[in-house]
Amino acid sequence: MANAALKEEIFELDGMDPEKVKEEMLSAYPTKVARKRAKQIIVNKVEGEDVPIIQSNVRTVPGLIGQRGCCYAGCKGVVLGPTRDIVNITHGPIGCGFYSWLTRRNQTDATTTPDGHNFMTYCFSTDMQDEQIIFGGEKKLKQAIQEAYDNFHPKAIAVFATCPVGLIGDDVHSVCKEMKEKLGINIFGFSCEGYKGVSQSAGHHIANNQIFKHVIGNDDTVKDGDYKLNLLGEYNIGGDAFEIERIFKKCGITQVASFSGNSTIDAFANAHTADLNLIMCHRSINYVAEMMEKKYGLPWIKVNFIGAEATAKSLRKIAAYFDDPKLTEKVEAVIAEELPEVKKACAEVLPRTKGKRAMLFVGGSRAHHYQELFNELGMETLSAGYEFGHRDDYEGRKVLPGIKVDADSRNIEELKVEADPEKFKPRKSPEELEKLRSCGLEFAGYEGMMPEMKNGSLVIDDISQHETDTIVEAFKPDLFCAGIKEKYSIQKHGIPLKQLHSYDYGGPYAGFKGAVNFYKEIDRMVNSKIWGYLKAPWQTNPELAATYAWD
Amino acid sequence: MLLKHTTSEIKERSALTVNPAKTCQPIGAMYASLGIHGCLPHSHGSQGCYAYHRSALTRHYKEPVMAATSAFTEGASVFGGQANLLQAIDNMFTVYNPDIIAVHTTCLSETIGDDIPQIVKKAEADGKIPEGKYVIHANTPSYVGSHVTGFSNMCKSMVDYFSESNGHKSKTINLIPGYVEPSDMEEIRRIASEMKLKTIMFPDTSGVLNGPMTGRFKMYPDGGVTIDQLKQTGSGMGTVAMGRLASMAAARALDNKCKVPCEIIDLPIGLHGTDAFIDTLRHIAGVNVPDSLTFERGQMVDIISDMHQYFYGKRVGLVGDPDQLLALTKFLVSLDMHPVYIVTGTPAGKKYEKALREVVKDVPGEVKISVPGDMYLFHQWIKQEPVDLLIGNSYVKYIAKDDDIPYVRYGFPILDRVGHSYFPTVGYKGGMRLLEKILDALLDRQDRDATDINMELVM
Ligand code: SF4
Ligand code: SF4
Repeated sequence: MANAALKEEIFELDGMDPEKVKEEMLSAYPTKVARKRAKQIIVNKVEGEDVPIIQSNVRTVPGLIGQRGCCYAGCKGVVLGPTRDIVNITHGPIGCGFYSWLTRRNQTDATTTPDGHNFMTYCFSTDMQDEQIIFGGEKKLKQAIQEAYDNFHPKAIAVFATCPVGLIGDDVHSVCKEMKEKLGINIFGFSCEGYKGVSQSAGHHIANNQIFKHVIGNDDTVKDGDYKLNLLGEYNIGGDAFEIERIFKKCGITQVASFSGNSTIDAFANAHTADLNLIMCHRSINYVAEMMEKKYGLPWIKVNFIGAEATAKSLRKIAAYFDDPKLTEKVEAVIAEELPEVKKACAEVLPRTKGKRAMLFVGGSRAHHYQELFNELGMETLSAGYEFGHRDDYEGRKVLPGIKVDADSRNIEELKVEADPEKFKPRKSPEELEKLRSCGLEFAGYEGMMPEMKNGSLVIDDISQHETDTIVEAFKPDLFCAGIKEKYSIQKHGIPLKQLHSYDYGGPYAGFKGAVNFYKEIDRMVNSKIWGYLKAPWQTNPELAATYAWD
Repeated sequence: MLLKHTTSEIKERSALTVNPAKTCQPIGAMYASLGIHGCLPHSHGSQGCYAYHRSALTRHYKEPVMAATSAFTEGASVFGGQANLLQAIDNMFTVYNPDIIAVHTTCLSETIGDDIPQIVKKAEADGKIPEGKYVIHANTPSYVGSHVTGFSNMCKSMVDYFSESNGHKSKTINLIPGYVEPSDMEEIRRIASEMKLKTIMFPDTSGVLNGPMTGRFKMYPDGGVTIDQLKQTGSGMGTVAMGRLASMAAARALDNKCKVPCEIIDLPIGLHGTDAFIDTLRHIAGVNVPDSLTFERGQMVDIISDMHQYFYGKRVGLVGDPDQLLALTKFLVSLDMHPVYIVTGTPAGKKYEKALREVVKDVPGEVKISVPGDMYLFHQWIKQEPVDLLIGNSYVKYIAKDDDIPYVRYGFPILDRVGHSYFPTVGYKGGMRLLEKILDALLDRQDRDATDINMELVM
């Protein structure tokens, strides 16, 4: 059956022709826009290891209404936001800092560090006024850093440039350097003006670069512990990182640093002493992993702790890497202990969730990772896409050499990294690496989302409001996953929306316990009676009968 | 402790804002634009701003908030955003078919110095603005003023673009409600209609940001002032503008442009604020106040007198927007409460501060006021000497929890509760709701702290 479909190249998606739906989406656009969007709306087709090319990480079309935010949001909001002990000063007018104040739900546990510092509940801004726009803001920034120091005595201060800063020519880096010398604490800046790049993605890259330059490698202390690793691209939304930490601890795995859920700057500084980097969200953090490998010699592997099976698989990858029977045994024991309960919870909801249809448009990895959980729930993913993913997140890293660097990406610095003459230390010999590879452990690899999606599903990059409304009308999915801006327009259609940035203030959804939470939550959402309240009795039954019911 | 680094030791700050009590202009402009029927707000700048503004408004209202962006990249930031805006206008009309696009600027486009009217003219010349459709704009640089300024600027633009006098004065009264909730706008309209007045209110977000669940998503909900109505404001017999900071600019512009006289009053919050509003309407229109409103007033006074003992002498700390703070402070003083710490992030000016000081002049002890100030300073004052009640937006809950102080959510944004978009705090009914909220907070605390011996059943 599948083969026959392949031959004709016509796929069916939920009883419909996805190409027709795509056409319908495009038909509303001016020709030029339609031509551009056609390359970002792809009907999936997996042939062996190949999937179609999807244009991504390109400019959003002005006026289309989409999901994306800016470079600053990716840098300050996403990557640095969850680090509790850095005073993050937004250099710019008040808004940017205000909106990124506590709105991302990164949990943190300050009781685990002796100084107990936690500045995440605070918003620091230079609140730039027209005087600074005209005469420059460096003086005010300097003073603001001084005041932050005097009031809070943090061990580090970071400065984030917003749009006007770049235009008026403030040099945040030289200000930071000067104040670092003056105050004797680590102070560094990010040129993450919102107009850089085409989405949050540019901000991730800039954040990665600066943390790598200014923090990682500052502390060479080799801490005690076995199987030392860092978890990258996990931001502890709703406590996800806590659940993963719990599992690591149970397995006897030592987490040196987290980038950056529940993180501290001291742990960043020490991260290079670990022996393996794990990448959760490939999009936002792969740069740090790549650079650490080059400079310090620790390899990275892609993992996914979203979904119970995926969690088990990821743990086994870790065990394979360290290649120690003690760890392997422990990991298997933990999986054997945790999984039955998860399976039981899943079996309980499965009869009610099976066959339901979902769509996911979110972020740069979640639209992929959460398909795992929907698979476990027997649900079908009709359509998915990233808000700020690149082709490698869709098609896999094998397409990396072929990606043309355009003008928008070219202005994001690519750090030249070389092996550190003293600190570089290969963690495995070439023979060991070869052996691990031959046993199926893939290093520095990521397959991307599309190879795991079925033929005919619609993959849409940087989806617009119009396209969202069109697919929702066309398929009437049982569940739509996106963010806060999409939440209520979808729900007005009478379709529940699960926020996959903020989890609708629930979670955790990672790891084993998280999977159970997610099963219950999705069961609640797709089977709730509340969606049946939309019509009043007189709307379903408008005719008037002049009789009493008991006549 | 949530804000564990905040101590009572106040160090002079001149450059660093910590925990702001304001946000930026464009969000106010976006909110005002949503109060025009069939309007698609447009943010001329990078896409981060509109993403933030839409998110913040969505979290506050739990409703769809539609708006578009010019999506500047580095090129546009260097060469100007004309091409982006032209393309955006074309796309918006083609794909989303609004009646009107209301453009506001951001820090970025302001710093570049894009000339919006010139770009819009070009769009018009290129035939990108369909017949009978409109593009208006307001300049909203966030390095000046606050979200309240942005709201005010967009309200003024509505006048600048649309108000026209047809030479005859109609019997209609223009109402400019200020930066208040959809529920408040609805209530202001209700009060006027109780008085049998014909009114045009702008902006009007009721029915837009508190819409029903119907199973159908409407990009442009039923509510909002229409463009025809906006045009007619120029022929109104008078304008009542509520809240100086948010509404005065539009009212003055309307007076200048179309000779429609205006009364600028406080927001109708609390007993005397509402009295003043109704009395102003009575005078302008020359009508009697119906018994129904006098009845509501009586009910409110009844609650105040029944429960006066619980209000009397209570120290209150308030953070919020200037128009609200002024009216609310008056209300609290009228209840014999003691507003002792008052902070707004909006640079509302010396005159404003003076007006506020005048309201609290009989409050015993020192009253600390910071205009503009931030919530960090506010919290430091509380650390020095606590209060009995806090009133402010959702961020104030961190202070309330840390210092264990009864707390009433009020202002923008409220991210963690519902109600504000459905139930007003203006008018007598709204005042009664505020009284209820304040009493709930104070009396819940008394119950919580009561011992087994002194627990009261009747209060
Ligand atoms: S850049 Fe300006 S307009 Fe945009 S969010 Fe920041 S303060 Fe507001
Ligand atoms: S686009 Fe620029 S101004 Fe807007 S939020 Fe981002 S950094 Fe701030």
